[in-house]
Amino acid sequence: MSKYYVNKFLFTVDRDPELLRRYKEDPRSLVASWEQSIGPRLNDAEISTVNSLTDAEREALVNHDYVALFEMGAHFFLSLTIFIAIYDEDYMAKLGPLSFQREFAEKLKHWNGKDYPSIALWQAAAR
Amino acid sequence: MATLAAVLATTHHPFYLKATTMPPEQQMPQAAEWKRKVEAYRETLTRAKPDILVMVGADHFHQFFLDNYPTFLIGKAPRYDATFYNEEREFGIPKYVLEGHEELSNFMHQGLMDRGFDFAFSHELKLDHSIICPIITTRPDADLPVVPIYTNIFAPPLPSPKRFWDLGRAIREIIDEFPSDKRIAAVGSGHLSLELGGPRQFKETGPDPEFDRKAIEWLSTGNIEEILANVTHESMAKSGNATHGFMDLILMMGIAGPIPTAYHDNLDLFHTMEAYFTWYPEGAAA
Repeated sequence: MSKYYVNKFLFTVDRDPELLRRYKEDPRSLVASWEQSIGPRLNDAEISTVNSLTDAEREALVNHDYVALFEMGAHFFLSLTIFIAIYDEDYMAKLGPLSFQREFAEKLKHWNGKDYPSIALWQAAAR
Repeated sequence: MATLAAVLATTHHPFYLKATTMPPEQQMPQAAEWKRKVEAYRETLTRAKPDILVMVGADHFHQFFLDNYPTFLIGKAPRYDATFYNEEREFGIPKYVLEGHEELSNFMHQGLMDRGFDFAFSHELKLDHSIICPIITTRPDADLPVVPIYTNIFAPPLPSPKRFWDLGRAIREIIDEFPSDKRIAAVGSGHLSLELGGPRQFKETGPDPEFDRKAIEWLSTGNIEEILANVTHESMAKSGNATHGFMDLILMMGIAGPIPTAYHDNLDLFHTMEAYFTWYPEGAAA
């Protein structure tokens, strides 16, 4: 698994309005193009060949599955920020302020009182 | 030598500006009280008549990411843009341009290296809300040159609470030695107990009101012994998964020293305890 690469997905998509729009409207297609042409980018000239998503990571990203992402140890700030960007406005209009954030918390309630999956990357690197 | 005119340690609630400037009929019930408290806090900086601000914060994956994340970093640029697209989008924070202070940045950087703090540095640094939120609350005219310092409270492994305290002590020595007649204030932001992206987020209070109460007591009385005896990375995680921002408040108290605040205040908001601390180490504005 590559916790780093999942975080890289969340980081690069959240900071780009066009990628974010595509991630909201057609997540499967956006995840596929991200893996082809965005994820591997190290900078404008260089390509990195060392990372890839596992099937479980890909599915979690395609499904906007923030519970699975939390359980994989994706960084909480990246995950919260990107899904607020995708869902907050629609939830707000239907259910009022903070309704998305509270549903997000509710879906994770089985973690209350437990040690959360670590966001540290070195554990992910253990094979 | 320069005068350390004030040290401020504050929580940085990114929604302050939005919450207090939206049409009154849409504002949250505490908006007026929040604004009143922030404006009273702002006065503690204004009264100190600072010429330069040393600003302490933490980049929330805006400029820096896990391919190259600095543990401690100092900005050395002549000026700094602030506020990223996704912060504007989520929090409604406007863009700013802050003047830098290259002379103090260079002096600070060398002083830190001389004291065993081998800082990363940046000559093209865009500031995020950890620095702009306290500018909005304590110096909204954004009219003073700044020296930005970033810490890692965010991407483990993190430095220890003791290291944050020691860094604050080192910054204090360097400010005291800066050959200038300027008045320097240090303004840093962090958190009390905080949960983001987890099951305890956005409750009626912060995730650990008992920690918040103790933290306010420790900071306002300058009680570093109790902090170092009680606060670890693990204890902070138990108080909320983003509580590690508390270490930047420890750093700020390190700049002031183990002394009581001249001013402190707090406000219980939905999902977080806001808290504001000011020290006048030299009695400068007391």
